[in-house]
Amino acid sequence: MSSADTNRGWYKRNEIAITPWLFLLPAMLFFAVYVIIPIGQSFWISFHQWDGLGDKTWVGTANYERLLGIGDQNVDRKFEVSFWNNLRWLVLYLLAIPAGLFIALFLNQTVFGIRLYKSLFFFPFVISQVVVGLVFSWFYLPNDGLFDVITGWFGIDVSGGVLGNPNTATYGIIAAGLWPQTAYCMILYLTGLNAVDPEQVEAARLDGAKGRKMLWYVILPQLKPATFIAFVVTIIGALRSFDLISVMTNGGPFGSTRVLSFYMFEESLSEFGFRMGYGAAIAVVLFFIMLGFIVYFLWSMYQDEKGAR
Amino acid sequence: MFPTPIEKRPRSAQITYQAFLPFALILWLLPLLAVALFSIKPDADFTNGNYWGVPSSFEAFTNYGKVFFESNMPRYLLNSLLITIPTVIGAVALSCMAGFALGVYKFRGNLLIFFIFIAGNFVPFQILMVPVRDLTVSMNLYDTKLGLVLFHVAFQTGFCTLFMRNFIRALPFPLIEAARVEGVAEWRIFLYVVLPLMKPALAALAVLIFTFIWNDYFWAVVLTQGPDAQPVTAGITEFNSQFRAAYHLMSAGSIVAALPPVAMFFLMQKHFIAGLTLGAVK
Repeated sequence: MSSADTNRGWYKRNEIAITPWLFLLPAMLFFAVYVIIPIGQSFWISFHQWDGLGDKTWVGTANYERLLGIGDQNVDRKFEVSFWNNLRWLVLYLLAIPAGLFIALFLNQTVFGIRLYKSLFFFPFVISQVVVGLVFSWFYLPNDGLFDVITGWFGIDVSGGVLGNPNTATYGIIAAGLWPQTAYCMILYLTGLNAVDPEQVEAARLDGAKGRKMLWYVILPQLKPATFIAFVVTIIGALRSFDLISVMTNGGPFGSTRVLSFYMFEESLSEFGFRMGYGAAIAVVLFFIMLGFIVYFLWSMYQDEKGAR
Repeated sequence: MFPTPIEKRPRSAQITYQAFLPFALILWLLPLLAVALFSIKPDADFTNGNYWGVPSSFEAFTNYGKVFFESNMPRYLLNSLLITIPTVIGAVALSCMAGFALGVYKFRGNLLIFFIFIAGNFVPFQILMVPVRDLTVSMNLYDTKLGLVLFHVAFQTGFCTLFMRNFIRALPFPLIEAARVEGVAEWRIFLYVVLPLMKPALAALAVLIFTFIWNDYFWAVVLTQGPDAQPVTAGITEFNSQFRAAYHLMSAGSIVAALPPVAMFFLMQKHFIAGLTLGAVK
């Protein structure tokens, strides 16, 4: 028997065991090099002082101590502002879920042209966040912006414009972010509503359920998968918020709109020199905030997987 | 159906609903309509403070002409295309194979690998930023389209694999077993049995990834600079500094930058929504 034959024979015998690994290899390689290993590297870098070019200097937990104000130093003010803004984003961004459900219920009809209406309502999600940011920053222009014109009719005047005022700027940006996010949640719910079991609805109707009661006890339980996905994408979206802040205020005014993801970018690649170690430490903190959610998401999905067997 | 179909309501309710629809839509798209209005106005309107009134003249051709012929915009658009299309092909190809492996075979570590792909996909970008930038610089790929494409392919593979694996899971498994009994080689099963059945998933993913990558801004800023490699999302900020406070040109530029994914969405709507809402229905 020639060696080619034995090779072939060995492969043939183990085909089912080997094939999946051959098919997985390229994806795993890419994913490891660009995603998995960098996570570990970021942890490592966060214990160093590094300008991104020269040698890394080991500083232990000094970056974290400075960040969180452990020991005799004060907590990093910029970090504090970013952290609270992140919480604002998280909480307020979740409004996209009920808002999306509301629009979906409004549009879940079969009148002439409704398909076009649905896609036009979904429109904001397809546009890049950079453009959404630009559009909203013009919308918020002091004095000349449409927002100021409209609020002016009611006698409200935000001094310095929405984005120029440290008290309102973050909320202005979150509102801009809610626009595409609501559209996303809407489409999730529209699809979910399509799959609601009509027999259950009819049965509930015969039992006299309608309106809010019907929604709460019959419809929402059936929309659970849609709600779960809406929740996942909204949380991730809130913690990833970067584009809008960068385009609309660039962290200002007076640093009041920074979030962790933006602050991290600023520290690592700022014009005042690269502070990669400190930036990595901020990223690690953000990662741990996210980790709580990731574990929850994965756990839910794992339960589903087990149920599927 | 919930809520109660409007046809079963009184005639007056139907008319109110139909009349309210366009009104609600205009309200919803108001910021966008404003930009569209901006983009056809002449420069003079803004200096005269006529921001929201009727344009004093129709200048769409002049404004959009300037975007295309007097700026780097066409170049940025081309860059975006040259980044987006290879990424779509790469990510879809890798995840097809990975999804096949995870969806069809039972082996130790299957679920673990699958969950690593999902988890990596949820990670905040920022934790990857410093090492990925460093890696790209050390491969001499900083400020190149290839550097951006390689990263995007790798990162999108996470989401795509989740998508593909679940899709393949839902395919009729006896089909694959029948092919095995016939003695068909495993890679041929992938190529001739599974792949043809995956067409809808391929289309959905391709459209979705196209939009995601076209709209990416963060990585464009981290891994590129200048008009040689930057996609249009990052280029628009340079464009804006070139035409500072020229709202008519900036809005025309924004509309041009936003258009390709919008066109993609309207052309491939069914696939797009199928991709986006995967898992929203059980």
